[in-house]
Amino acid sequence: MIEVQHLSKNYGPFSAVDDVSFRAESGEILGFLGPNGAGKTTTMRIITGYMPATAGKATVAGFDVFDQPLEAKRRTGYLPETPPLYPDMTVREYLRFVAKIKGVRSHINDRVDAVMKKTRIDDMANRHCGKLSKGYKQRVGLAQALIHEPEVLVLDEPTAGLDPKQIIEVRQLIRELAGSHTIVLSTHILPEVAQTCQKVVIINRGKVVAIDTPDALTERLRGAVTTFVQAQGPIAEVQRALQGITGVVRVNVAEVRDDMGSFNVDTENNADVRRQVADTIVRGGWGLLELRPTRISLEDVFLKLTTEEPGSAEAAGTMTGSEGGANA
Amino acid sequence: MRNTFAIAQRELNAYFSSPIAYVLIGFFALLFGWFFYVPLAYFEQQSMQAGMNPGQALNINQMLVGPTLMNTTVIMLFLFPLITMRTYAEEKRSGTIELLLTSPITDVQIILGKFLGAMLLYAAMLAVTTIHMAVLFIFGDPEWKPIVTGYLGLLMMGGCFLSLGLFISSLTKNQIVAAMATFAVFLMLWVINWIGTFVGPTTQAVLSHLSLTEHFDDFAKGIIDTKHVIYYLSFMAFGLFLTAKSVDSERWRG
Repeated sequence: MIEVQHLSKNYGPFSAVDDVSFRAESGEILGFLGPNGAGKTTTMRIITGYMPATAGKATVAGFDVFDQPLEAKRRTGYLPETPPLYPDMTVREYLRFVAKIKGVRSHINDRVDAVMKKTRIDDMANRHCGKLSKGYKQRVGLAQALIHEPEVLVLDEPTAGLDPKQIIEVRQLIRELAGSHTIVLSTHILPEVAQTCQKVVIINRGKVVAIDTPDALTERLRGAVTTFVQAQGPIAEVQRALQGITGVVRVNVAEVRDDMGSFNVDTENNADVRRQVADTIVRGGWGLLELRPTRISLEDVFLKLTTEEPGSAEAAGTMTGSEGGANA
Repeated sequence: MRNTFAIAQRELNAYFSSPIAYVLIGFFALLFGWFFYVPLAYFEQQSMQAGMNPGQALNINQMLVGPTLMNTTVIMLFLFPLITMRTYAEEKRSGTIELLLTSPITDVQIILGKFLGAMLLYAAMLAVTTIHMAVLFIFGDPEWKPIVTGYLGLLMMGGCFLSLGLFISSLTKNQIVAAMATFAVFLMLWVINWIGTFVGPTTQAVLSHLSLTEHFDDFAKGIIDTKHVIYYLSFMAFGLFLTAKSVDSERWRG
């Protein structure tokens, strides 16, 4: 369990993290999402006890990271953005060393073998860390974080710089680890959150802008349903006809190419107007080329939330409402 | 304690699994051999002459061992920045400092581990020179006590250099910067009493007490004076204390 309350971190006048609060329950994977420089790494460094916060508090498995740092660190596994490997050590030597400083006192060899198996690096056991490929380095980093069987795992961009196959493997591994560990992972890749996390915290410029499940976040932001229509015919006329359908709020022309037009049809109250749209176009004698409801992707949510102007901050503020006032 | 040893072991591993340790020990042995040979040749010549007109026996400890150990401190001045420059700077640059600082060990354990690792490497360097001393015992008849105190003095003085080098390395990410700054500070501490009488008697006394080499003289002569022992020990403690403060302040500044 990880609990972060009103956490702030200032570097001189610059505020890297500003009043951030969230909570990850046991066995949960929490995705920490934000553009580069949003304060993700700083927050993670505070949770792992690498640096103290300016204000607020963070507890890991019930231990305050500032007041009881050794107890908290004993229960935390941390994979920083660059895996902290010593290039001159072999994978096995390195993991043995980490086991010792993480406080593993007995059966160190068994532990090392177990994590190497779990992270599938046993074939590289006697290779020097400096000679490994990026994917293996990342997995050794993960093995290092797991060696002392921590309750909490903090992973800073665990898939950054990996090729697609490795990304899938690492995500798979993280999903396997959930349940027995509480995991916080940061990323700026959205599908990653949708695929691996049960809860998303979106952070921008040091502030939390939204906390929710990936699905609910997309759902809630959608509000009005949008239907995408592509039709062949006179653009203005088609647009006017579509506007006339009951339930349609707005019709935007998305793209015009020759006599072909793409429209975004916004409707109110989640009304499904696909049938009426088809009827209208056929009745007009035009050609219906495409008709589908558009899902707002997490990407859109993310962009919308993180590019918000300061004036519309209330809109973002209401986003955190369903979290039970986690950000209050 | 266990954590300190784990760190020390890792430090030794870093020195000995890379060329660092071998190059350092090799060149140290080479330079020490030269510094040993020159007074030896001189001593040989003198004792030939002394043999022709007997009456005054030459003291091998005073003429050979003392000066050689004294000159060893010159080698330390040049080589020690190379031992300590990587201790913190490299960890900071490669990011492994994040592993150390997020592990359930204290800063003091890390610092002591690194210090111990460097001291053990230094002890290995000194161990090589005992061969030269063994040669003296085989072919001559030196006093063993001044040799032991001389080595003790070298170890303590080396400890001072290493603790200070550790501190300077903790201030930067750049190993070259660490080495240069360490060398400059070592040299300054070396020559700080050269200002002599220009600064007035009080300042002169203070400066001469600060000089690291000044305190070594007695050790080379076979004297263990507590005032020098305390000076060296407190110097080491101060260097390690500064390192601890530097690491801690780095945390707060991020």
